[in-house]
Amino acid sequence: MKTFNTTDIPMTDRIRHLIDELFAKMPEIESDRAVLLTESYKQTENLPTVKRRALAFEHILNNIPITIRDGELIVGSATKAPRSCQVFPEYSYEWLESEFDTVEFREADPFHISEENKNILKKVYPYWKGKTNSDLALSYMAPETITAIEHNMFTPGNYFYNGIGHVTVDYPKVMKIGFTGIIKEAQDELDRCNVYDADYSKKHEFLESVIISCNAAINYARRYANLAYEMSQKCSDPVRKRELLVIANNCANVPENPARNFYEACQTFWFIQMLLQVESSGHSISAGRFDQYMYPYYKAGLEDGTLTREFAQELVDCIWVKFNDLNKVRDAASAKGFAGYSLFQNLTAGGQTVDGVDATNDMSFICIQASMHTQLPAPSFSVRIWNGTPNEFMIKCAELTRTGMGLPAYYNDEVIIPALLSRGLTLEDARDYGIIGCVEPQTPAKTDGWHDAAFFNMCRPLELVFSNGMDKGVQVGLKTGNVEEMKTFDEFYDAYKAQSKYMVRLMVNADNSIDVAHSERVPLPFQSCMVEDCIKRGKTMQEGGAHYNFTGPQGFGIANMTDALWAVKTLVFEEKKISMAELKDALIHNYGEGLTPEAAQNATQEVVGNLIAAGKNVSEKQIADICKMFLEGEQNPAKKRRYDEILDMINALPKYGNDIEEIDAFARDVAYTYTKELQKYENPRGGQYQAGLYPVSANVPLGAQTGATPDGRLAYTPIADGVGPRQGVDTKGPTAAANSVSKLDHAIASNGTLYNQKFHPSALSGREGLQNFASYIRAFFDQKGMHMQFNVVSKETLLDAQKHPEKYKSLVVRVAGYSALFTTLSRSLQDDIISRTEQAFNA
Amino acid sequence: MENYMKARGRIFDIQKYSIHDGPGIRTIVFLKGCALRCRWCCNPESQEFDIQTMMFEGKEKIMGRDVTVEDLMPIILQDVFYYNRSGGGVTLSGGEAILQPNFAPYLLRACHDYGINTAIETTGFASWDIIQKYLPHLDYVLMDIKHMNSAKHKEFTTQPNELILENARKIAESGVNLTIRVPVIPTFNATHEEIYDIAMFAASLPGVERLHLLPYHRLGQGKYEGLDRPYFLDGIELIPNDYMKQLLETAKKSGLKCQIGG
Repeated sequence: MKTFNTTDIPMTDRIRHLIDELFAKMPEIESDRAVLLTESYKQTENLPTVKRRALAFEHILNNIPITIRDGELIVGSATKAPRSCQVFPEYSYEWLESEFDTVEFREADPFHISEENKNILKKVYPYWKGKTNSDLALSYMAPETITAIEHNMFTPGNYFYNGIGHVTVDYPKVMKIGFTGIIKEAQDELDRCNVYDADYSKKHEFLESVIISCNAAINYARRYANLAYEMSQKCSDPVRKRELLVIANNCANVPENPARNFYEACQTFWFIQMLLQVESSGHSISAGRFDQYMYPYYKAGLEDGTLTREFAQELVDCIWVKFNDLNKVRDAASAKGFAGYSLFQNLTAGGQTVDGVDATNDMSFICIQASMHTQLPAPSFSVRIWNGTPNEFMIKCAELTRTGMGLPAYYNDEVIIPALLSRGLTLEDARDYGIIGCVEPQTPAKTDGWHDAAFFNMCRPLELVFSNGMDKGVQVGLKTGNVEEMKTFDEFYDAYKAQSKYMVRLMVNADNSIDVAHSERVPLPFQSCMVEDCIKRGKTMQEGGAHYNFTGPQGFGIANMTDALWAVKTLVFEEKKISMAELKDALIHNYGEGLTPEAAQNATQEVVGNLIAAGKNVSEKQIADICKMFLEGEQNPAKKRRYDEILDMINALPKYGNDIEEIDAFARDVAYTYTKELQKYENPRGGQYQAGLYPVSANVPLGAQTGATPDGRLAYTPIADGVGPRQGVDTKGPTAAANSVSKLDHAIASNGTLYNQKFHPSALSGREGLQNFASYIRAFFDQKGMHMQFNVVSKETLLDAQKHPEKYKSLVVRVAGYSALFTTLSRSLQDDIISRTEQAFNA
Repeated sequence: MENYMKARGRIFDIQKYSIHDGPGIRTIVFLKGCALRCRWCCNPESQEFDIQTMMFEGKEKIMGRDVTVEDLMPIILQDVFYYNRSGGGVTLSGGEAILQPNFAPYLLRACHDYGINTAIETTGFASWDIIQKYLPHLDYVLMDIKHMNSAKHKEFTTQPNELILENARKIAESGVNLTIRVPVIPTFNATHEEIYDIAMFAASLPGVERLHLLPYHRLGQGKYEGLDRPYFLDGIELIPNDYMKQLLETAKKSGLKCQIGG
């Protein structure tokens, strides 16, 4: 039997100091990268794009300011100020320019930007007009797609404005052969090229770009070696002096050459991790199976006596802190959707080896310990669980959960491996998956997953059924007919499926347009050289160079649509207690409840638009009256009473999340309207579309764009989170809710599903509490649930944190696929987290 | 009974995912009706066998319904994955489960038919021949010993303790896994002497290894209002954690494995 060293290792003062320094100030926006990028681009206008990318990367790495922060053992910072960010005008810039004066004061993820940097960026930006990736992507989109996006039918903004990221590259390969090894591979491939080959020109340019990029990375590390040496010469503290000399020594060797020990492997990892995030603005650059590829170095170090377990822990802790040193500024709207300054750098431990035996090792435990020590939002820490996962690993994970920071997220190998096999992965590759970003499984170093490709709000097509495809006076969806004239539920459900399918197709058009734009405007040679088969094929990932290619946009709102369609089925068609006209009227009028001024204005616009489209004249007075009614809610007592009756009837219906067989079976079918439709489509890289079912944190902002729904959800309130039940309707406790969720088809959602649960810390008290908690997860996974994550914190704590944010600066909660600092979230998202059912056991 | 799946009884609640009433993750079936009237009882709606109306959050709520074993099994089986993984199962609580001998033993038997672990939470206040009907179908018994002084026991619970103590010994001698539980109630038994006496009695029972001290809470107080009944413990303070820990140390002197909470 395998045994593990599970003894706790205390956290060192150094780690505390590094964390304190990191969070001392508000993060800043720096301009160096944008300036250097633009300088380089101006000089390379006649060259192929891929070469321009490489030369710009080189120019940036040769000149960007570098810094070693006080007490660091692992070095490499993209910014001078801690936890700050560079900007990426080649992707998009207009939004930032327009938010210069508000970005510091906005609610979600504020950043400081100095007047100096504002002025520098203002000088840089004119060059990029018309040249950005989003400009090109937009030009490829069909007009109806653009209309649908403008009407918030789906939201592909992530890759429209930013790099793609969402990848795990071959860290262990670089540790093993160094960038000189990668350069040699590229050179060998170049040597095999013949000038008369059909793909010569592109392949040749790409491989040369790889060599330029790798040399740039090597040179960047040398700059750190020099800096560390200079600092050591000036350092009067003999301990720190020695540390700096070791750092200098490390950076002189890696990532240029193979890592000679655990420390150098750590440094190699970090250089790659941060440089990927200098090359592009893509987030969710994920570490993959860190415990697997670090373990051999750890083991060797312990065996030859050059490494202690304690020092290994400290180095891993240092990496954990460094993850939080990277940052990204997003536009105000996206910042709400991805709230919490998160870069979604996921890191995976546990699971199975490629041969299908248990992969848990002592490094897996060190990873858990690092998250316990640092208690920081990054990395998003994921654990793979399978039938053979050792109990002590589960218990240690549960201990981490009990700290209340929302980590780790638990993933079920027994569902994910078959899911990946069904997408054409080999058995070995499927067993080797790691988690990307929020919840997305991917085989490391071989996949361009394009996970997180768009948010698909499953509620919006239902609104289109009621409006016959109209939104705010514009024909956005299909004309599926007058909803009042629909005779059967099947007719109604078919109309929903038709509207949904139409929107899926437009979303595919949007994603494919963006995909092509990335291949043409922002190919990434550095990232690509660490992903199979790019070098062999002579193509960047963006051009389809990866071995596996997918596009994974995520649907959300299953719980709402299940309950909503169920309400229509039973109350309108079966029991005929509400007429369709009444329901439609109730939805338009938000069940008689008043709206916010902005929402009232939108609703008025919608109604007036529909009237005009129907050929009616609408006077100013009528418009004012309609607007007043939306603002104040229904004032006519008879009407209001009927709205209340309708709402009561809906609320009295059985709901998804309570382990009711027929509802849960229906939910499975509702989810298929998205998952089965989506997988029919292909992307420009020759890969398949695959669905995810998770909203990140967009269920709140995108709920704010969605009118009232027949599940009784009021207009503009949050949509249900992930695949979980709607807030507050799961009244039968955590096993019933989990049973309902497990009845969805998770395997078909091979881009990931997300199930948030919230527990009181009391539920995990004592060894028995931990054991029962572990059993709870195992039992959910026995039923083919795919993912589970937990907020363990009391409601009182969260309420107090809203009142006294200064006392809770480091309070971490699990938001969606990642952990975030509670006090940095917007008020509405804070409220949402608080209102989630508290499934305390018998408290 | 010819077909025990048709046995009918009266319950007032089912609670899933209980982790404090027996090993692992359990489903608790709360049976209605109890012979005792403990002043601190947090489930006053459980005491009367009759079906009652209780005001709950401003609305009338019917407490109590009649069900058959057959009705309950599908609900119990919903969580079988959790029982299997955690070593959990079903716990009958109340009210008092041993007051429904034509129902509860059959429910336990049906659980055993499906391989589900069974437990009961009981006052032990019933004739021995009734309790004997339950024992073959039980894996685990959680039994209250509330006080060693019969007069005080009667004053606070309306019943003396002799039969209870006698049954405790007999249940222990039957060989079933027995844990003794003590609701620790200020003004009733929350002194070192009283807890010590109970713990020493528990330790004298053959095979008993564990003692749970359950600190008084007033989560049930609102229900008394809902039932229009007086709450005799009004104004009594909760036991401070430190003092509970001292009582725990006292209980440990018996040599049993003792814990606070279930």
